[in-house]
Amino acid sequence: MQNALNEPQTIVLLGGTSEIGRAIVDELLSVSTQTLVLACRRPDEAQPERFAADGLHVAVEYFDAAATETHDGFVRKLAAEHGDIDIAIVAFGVLGVQSQFDDDPHAAAQAVHVNYTGAVSTSLAIAAQMRRQGHGQIAVLSSVAGERARAGNFVYGSSKAGLDAFAQGLGDSLAGSGVKVTVIRPGFVHSRMTRGLKSAPLATTPRVVGELAAAGIRKGKHTVWTPGVLRYVFMVLRHVPRPIFRRLPLG
Amino acid sequence: MTTSVPASRGHRALLAGWGLAASSATELVDVDAGTLAAAVKDLPARGGIARGLGRSYGDPAQNAGGHVLRLAPTNEHIVIDDVAGTVTAGAGVSFDDLLAVIVPRGYFVPVTPGTRFVTIGGAIASDIHGKNHHADGSFGDHVTSLRMMLADTTVVTVGPDNDPDLFWATVGGMGLTGVIIDATFRLIPVDSSRMSVETRRIDNLDDIMSRMAASDSNVRYSVAWIDLLAKGKHLGRGVLTNAEHATATQLAASQATDPLCFDAKQIVAVPPIVPAPGVINRLSVTAFNELWYRKAPLVRQGELQSIPAYFHPLDLVGNWNRVYGRQGFLQYQFVVPFGAEDVLRAVIERISAATLPIFLTVLKRFGAGNPGHLSFPIGGWTLAIDVRAERAGLSALLNGLDTLVLDAGGRHYLAKDFQTSPAAVRRGYPRLDEWLAIRERVDPAGVWASDLSRRLGLTPFRTN
Ligand SMILES: Cc1cc2nc3c(=O)[nH]c(=O)nc-3n(C[C@H](O)[C@H](O)[C@H](O)COP(=O)(O)OP(=O)(O)OC[C@H]3O[C@@H](n4cnc5c(N)ncnc54)[C@H](O)[C@@H]3O)c2cc1C
Ligand SMILES: NC(=O)c1ccc[n+]([C@@H]2O[C@H](COP(=O)([O-])OP(=O)(O)OC[C@H]3O[C@@H](n4cnc5c(N)ncnc54)[C@H](OP(=O)(O)O)[C@@H]3O)[C@@H](O)[C@H]2O)c1
Repeated sequence: MQNALNEPQTIVLLGGTSEIGRAIVDELLSVSTQTLVLACRRPDEAQPERFAADGLHVAVEYFDAAATETHDGFVRKLAAEHGDIDIAIVAFGVLGVQSQFDDDPHAAAQAVHVNYTGAVSTSLAIAAQMRRQGHGQIAVLSSVAGERARAGNFVYGSSKAGLDAFAQGLGDSLAGSGVKVTVIRPGFVHSRMTRGLKSAPLATTPRVVGELAAAGIRKGKHTVWTPGVLRYVFMVLRHVPRPIFRRLPLG
Repeated sequence: MTTSVPASRGHRALLAGWGLAASSATELVDVDAGTLAAAVKDLPARGGIARGLGRSYGDPAQNAGGHVLRLAPTNEHIVIDDVAGTVTAGAGVSFDDLLAVIVPRGYFVPVTPGTRFVTIGGAIASDIHGKNHHADGSFGDHVTSLRMMLADTTVVTVGPDNDPDLFWATVGGMGLTGVIIDATFRLIPVDSSRMSVETRRIDNLDDIMSRMAASDSNVRYSVAWIDLLAKGKHLGRGVLTNAEHATATQLAASQATDPLCFDAKQIVAVPPIVPAPGVINRLSVTAFNELWYRKAPLVRQGELQSIPAYFHPLDLVGNWNRVYGRQGFLQYQFVVPFGAEDVLRAVIERISAATLPIFLTVLKRFGAGNPGHLSFPIGGWTLAIDVRAERAGLSALLNGLDTLVLDAGGRHYLAKDFQTSPAAVRRGYPRLDEWLAIRERVDPAGVWASDLSRRLGLTPFRTN
């Protein structure tokens, strides 16, 4: 159960090695937190000791976002072992390389499967658990790439566009259930995912995303842009004519 | 044609405590003595909890994903026994309704909180205390017997001489041993419905505390309101009010014709809108506290006040809890034993240094505690502060205060709590294991559960 300050006792990070996800966890942890579950495709890489603290149990669980048939059972198992889930962060995702997708449609479909389908089934399984609990919060890592697809990463962007729409609808469908959904829309973040890529304007760090996302989650916000100014940038970008949009240096 | 009768007439509801800080979804079921058993049989895996008027600040009267049983106010069955000086009434009856019946008959409740809008069930389950704790103890001390429904729907009658273990586990047990159906408790005979009040403005904490200590034996009601924004040599300045029930002869001629008249009204209500952010900020609160302090007389004795004016001033403003805005607020109330005055001072210094926008704070002296395993009062000083539920700065401050309080042998009040940890309850309530054993005896399956019990580990966790 969360307390009056919305400090969670149990946090589940789906995509337990995600740099952004871990930065959000850093900000959400408090002396009230008793259990942190790192749900990972590669449990060996989870480094649970990084979160070690008095009174905190850090569990590492195998989780594959692509294996949608396992998600409901996985979430039920988590609840049976650790009790109510106060906050779940859906942080997994793959960026991929657009030029490779152009030649390998199957690889593109697999990326979309993780980013969209996998996130849909995971979020629905968590939402069902939280509905049964009567409380909880789901944070979904969307991306500004979904706000307007670009030639450089439109497979990724379209998967995030779908996820973003899904998560907003999920949030509305949970009104009155005691469960809230917060959609987090980062811009370019210097993390493992973007290593080696040319930095885009208004680039930021996992730590900054973590702080803004955690503050938004605590306040029960529907949407968090990181950095916040991107909200206004995209209000404009959405309406820029396509010939111009194509030529903008957006990274 | 067959008709099926639904076992319970519940509806989905988002419930929060008085602090409005966090809500959870539940099935809210209205019950009375006749329908209670069916409703208990119908409880889902996440169990049920009784709810009174929801005047607890935090989460003890809500049960996410389970059921919440709200007892009907059975005002028509309030029975006064003039020989024994007791009253028997349903657990869903509010103090507001009860006072309207008993005051004109020359009685007062043995203990009243700062609001009339609590139920008898809630008063027992939180073992509430009043401004007379040093003289009269807490509410449970005056209960001679109560009837309750256990998890298996059997109804038992318990009291200090009748299964005292279960009785004292229920007094202060936050509804987690069963649903109280009705109770019999002693009343205080009064001559009039007025209070004779002495008000004194005092410039610093030490003077307030020594004056309160000195008046323990000869004043029935005593409380100090402290200005936590005052600093330096004014640290802990405040206004001390002491009171007695006025005798009929003390009343003015105009009141003497109807010495027991009781007329409680709500004067204004805070509109159901979220106030603009910043209505409560450090400046506005500093100004308010200053005004309020200056308004108090240096000394005023023998002032006659009505029961509502003296005991329940906040009830004059309905829903005042909304002024803290959408985030809600929390009340932090703790007690430290006598001898730990330096800790109390340290706590006040820390809060004062944090310059949070905190309105008046209540300081009281408790007399000795009772045998209730989770009953809050122990001989010592209790302080209660209201503060907006905003994490920035507050979380670290309160965690630090928790340590000070617990190291001094103190504890937190569960009826107010929405912030401490299972470990804090374990340290603060050394008889927790005894209580858990009694709970296990009467509810082995863990049918009774609340958000508070899950948060603080008072009931075994069961999912769905
Ligand atoms: C303005 C204000 C001033 C206050 N001043 C004081 C004070 O001076 N001293 C003090 O001690 N407290 C004080 N309180 C707190 C209040 O007295 C307690 O929280 C009290 O328990 C509230 O009663 P309720 O009927 O609203 O119960 P709820 O808040 O609805 O429930 C409180 C607890 O009682 C249990 N409960 C309720 N009914 C039953 C039942 N029939 N059977 C079993 N369990 C039941 C619930 O499960 C829950 O655990 C104050 C609160 C407010 C809002
Ligand atoms: N970085 C940015 O610029 C940026 C911007 C906007 C949005 N985002 C989004 O933010 C989220 C976190 O990204 P990040 O920056 O933290 O990158 P990251 O460190 O690479 O995290 C991505 C995570 O997804 C996991 N993952 C990938 N496929 C998986 C699968 N099939 N099953 C389980 N886990 C899988 C990865 O696990 P492995 O360790 O096993 O690979 C990794 O933990 C992603 O959803 C991303 O799309 C990132």
